[in-house]
Amino acid sequence: MLAYLIRRLFAAVVMLVVIVMVVFGIFFLIPKWAGVDIALSFVGKQADPAAVEGVREKLGLGDPIYAQVWEFFKGIFAGRTYTGGGDSIHCAAPCFGYSFRSEQAVWPVLTDRFPVTLALALGAAVLWLLLGVSAGVLSALKRGSLWDRGAMVIALSGVSLPIYFTGMVALSIFVYGLDLFDGQFVPLDESFSAWFGGMILPWITLAFLYAAMYARITRATMLEILGEDYIRTARAKGLKERTVIGKHAMRSTMTPLLTMLGMDLGALIGGAILTETAFNLPGLGQAVLNAIKNQDLPIILGVTLITSLAVLVANLVVDILYAVIDPRVRLT
Amino acid sequence: MTTQRTSGRRKQAFAAAAAVAALLTTAACGGGSDDGDNGSKTGAAGFDAANNKVAQADLAKKGGTLKFGAAQDADSWDTTRGYYGMMWNFARYYSRQLVTNKAEPGAAGAEITPDLATETAKVTDDGKTYTYTLRDGITWEDGKPITSKDVKYGIERVWAQDVLSGGPTYLKDVLDPKGEYKGPYKDTSADKLGLKAIETPDDKTIVFKLPVANSDFEEMLALVSASPVRQDKDTKSKYGLKPFSSGPYKFASYSPGKDLKLVRNTEWKQASDPVRKAYPDEITIQFFSDANQLDQRLLSGDLDLDLNQTGMSPQGRTTALKQHKANLDNPVSGYVRYAVFPQSVAPFNNIECRKAVILGADHVSLQTARGGPIAGGDIGTNMLPPSVPGAEGQKYDPYKLAGANKSGNVAEAKAALKACGQPNGFKTTIAVRNNKPVEVATAQSLQASLKKIGITVEIDQYDGSQTAGIIGSPSNVKKKGYGIIIMGWGPDFPSVQGFGLPLWSSKYISESGNNNYALIKDKAIDGLFAQYVTTLDDAGKTKIATEINHKVMEGAYYLPFVFERFINWRSDNLANVYTTDGYSGQYDFVNLGLKNPKK
Repeated sequence: MLAYLIRRLFAAVVMLVVIVMVVFGIFFLIPKWAGVDIALSFVGKQADPAAVEGVREKLGLGDPIYAQVWEFFKGIFAGRTYTGGGDSIHCAAPCFGYSFRSEQAVWPVLTDRFPVTLALALGAAVLWLLLGVSAGVLSALKRGSLWDRGAMVIALSGVSLPIYFTGMVALSIFVYGLDLFDGQFVPLDESFSAWFGGMILPWITLAFLYAAMYARITRATMLEILGEDYIRTARAKGLKERTVIGKHAMRSTMTPLLTMLGMDLGALIGGAILTETAFNLPGLGQAVLNAIKNQDLPIILGVTLITSLAVLVANLVVDILYAVIDPRVRLT
Repeated sequence: MTTQRTSGRRKQAFAAAAAVAALLTTAACGGGSDDGDNGSKTGAAGFDAANNKVAQADLAKKGGTLKFGAAQDADSWDTTRGYYGMMWNFARYYSRQLVTNKAEPGAAGAEITPDLATETAKVTDDGKTYTYTLRDGITWEDGKPITSKDVKYGIERVWAQDVLSGGPTYLKDVLDPKGEYKGPYKDTSADKLGLKAIETPDDKTIVFKLPVANSDFEEMLALVSASPVRQDKDTKSKYGLKPFSSGPYKFASYSPGKDLKLVRNTEWKQASDPVRKAYPDEITIQFFSDANQLDQRLLSGDLDLDLNQTGMSPQGRTTALKQHKANLDNPVSGYVRYAVFPQSVAPFNNIECRKAVILGADHVSLQTARGGPIAGGDIGTNMLPPSVPGAEGQKYDPYKLAGANKSGNVAEAKAALKACGQPNGFKTTIAVRNNKPVEVATAQSLQASLKKIGITVEIDQYDGSQTAGIIGSPSNVKKKGYGIIIMGWGPDFPSVQGFGLPLWSSKYISESGNNNYALIKDKAIDGLFAQYVTTLDDAGKTKIATEINHKVMEGAYYLPFVFERFINWRSDNLANVYTTDGYSGQYDFVNLGLKNPKK
């Protein structure tokens, strides 16, 4: 188990290094090959030569790409000082870069916005698991019934409708139309009820999309499992239907769901861009979208790393949970 | 089968119920239509009621929170570094200058009035020395007096471009054309006030000594980049996160891209400030990543106005025009939207080929692509924005773009092509920013109309965030074969120098960050600019501005699309609202008030 964990963590670190190098390549090498001077995009309309040179110096754009990557990694563990033109900015460890657009270190931006995204992802996950799995199980058990068909039609529409559409419809109806919600995000430390009121629509909208997918997967998996020999044996032994379903069938159904949950949560923690944009939630997704609009490379790099890390960690947790749920799985 | 039929009926019933609910909701959203032009039942002043005139001035009350929303944060809130028009407008809440734009609607708002200074400059006859005396009672947010040395230091920061990049550099170019001063951060003098062109004989007096006269110098001093900055409060590159206030409001909190809050600066005294009325107690900005979301918030009354002042999104605009017309103004923005022809790319080195494109284009179609007469603007007929002294608007239309040739003149265009030696047309490429859908639509419109005269056009949508490096590099433009570039430009201050110098002067052609895309090297134009900066009387300046515009149009370097207009939103609760030419048709933020401060 320990060897397995060490191996997986090592692989995760290698993966992160590769991701950083790829992102650096995309943002710094490709424009260079295209003959575009990145420094010019930071200096405004009048592009004073001293300003261009100052940006080059501070961003280290004159250094070879490997030196820039090395400085980046060094900064994560030892912090980093950016100097140029008589100004010196220290970015304390863990330094994930410094945004020269907004004059902030990247790490505090990430930690400031991370809780919003985490709350969005976890709240929505609870909802979609409750709704999606219950609907899927019931559909499988009542295959062909009105419930089954109705649930699957709703699930199909949930999967088909893009989140920016359902988000807009939800806002139009419940915020601007019926005035049931304020629709404004309020930080949790200001007021729990206002925070909850601001999060409920994003949770429902996000959960609608995912619940639909989970319902369909749950139904398909459950149907397959209900036809297995060991389920028939369990029933033949006279076990109660609740035990057959709850203890035996659900366990096997959970395995693929857990894989999906790991992937989905990981990706969402990296930034539910569309949901955060639709509801103007100040999370990582909104931060990265703004950063893309403003070509704020350090923020983009920081969020990309967090996303990758979240996906890797979520998958690792899922792999470990496999062993808990399914005794046949051994981590070696 | 029975089950299926029942299910179908239920689905139909559900769909019907949903449709009814949606319709009811839409009606609820709309809240009925306004009376449009004559004001509304909700209290809005009426369509265009604040366009170049003051709307509901008497209704403004002290107190409350003025709520801005924005899809784009400022480039920087540091007075030295900001270049966005809305930033200059908003910065007057927390910064003052020696002189500033008048707090009046329309053209009067572009005139200069004393702010920190007791009066406008005493200028010597040669136009090289400007002297100001500071008012009594002007203070920083900690109560200490603002001195002439603070003003000098604030201006000196413009020289520190290697640290404080992004803002306008006019003052640096005019006061130190040889670039001898290295800025306050590299200044070896004890007080860091080593710039020789500015003298501060005492705390109340400041004298500017220009090596060469410049008749727009006072306009440059009215830019926020001439704001005072106190040396002990200068946090260099981080200053924009919390500027130290000299105005009626100070920073309470700011989280870039999320929100900003200003509160009253209790040390500011109304008696010391003839410009700012400071009605609200607090001013907030909420940033949105989706412009449609912002518009929804404006329409619902949650926010008072858009900080960016660039017009509503197409979706929000349509709803607003239909249901809330009384809350809208339709000002001219001061921007000219245009296509420009780099002379380095053949055959645009030939004036006749340039004329062929100008004459062959369908100008109505281009105007429609920009959003039509209301949201896009009037057909542009020349290159000087109507708000700049010397401009003649549509009266000067040398190619009849808003007249006989407004839908394109194929015969004249073909004649020009023949004169150019390209009777069968030619192939070229339009460069257009990929993050500006309206510009892409304009490129497509131009492509379609040029096809009619045999000019085959390919559209290259380049990364809009890299504009300075892609089209700002003449060698790159030539290499890529960009015969037509689509762009827009607005005046930094309302004069031909503040608008056209970077675009038309040969001195401004540079290998990086170039804005003279056409590569104009016309001695007559350069000569007129040289004459302009030494002409001190307004009538003389206006005449030269007109002449420069004529020379540019005669050279056929540009195809103007529109004199831009936009649809601007003001909430029912907003009072003392007016657009000003001083900030390109934006509302003058600094004197906005609320009718009901408790709302």
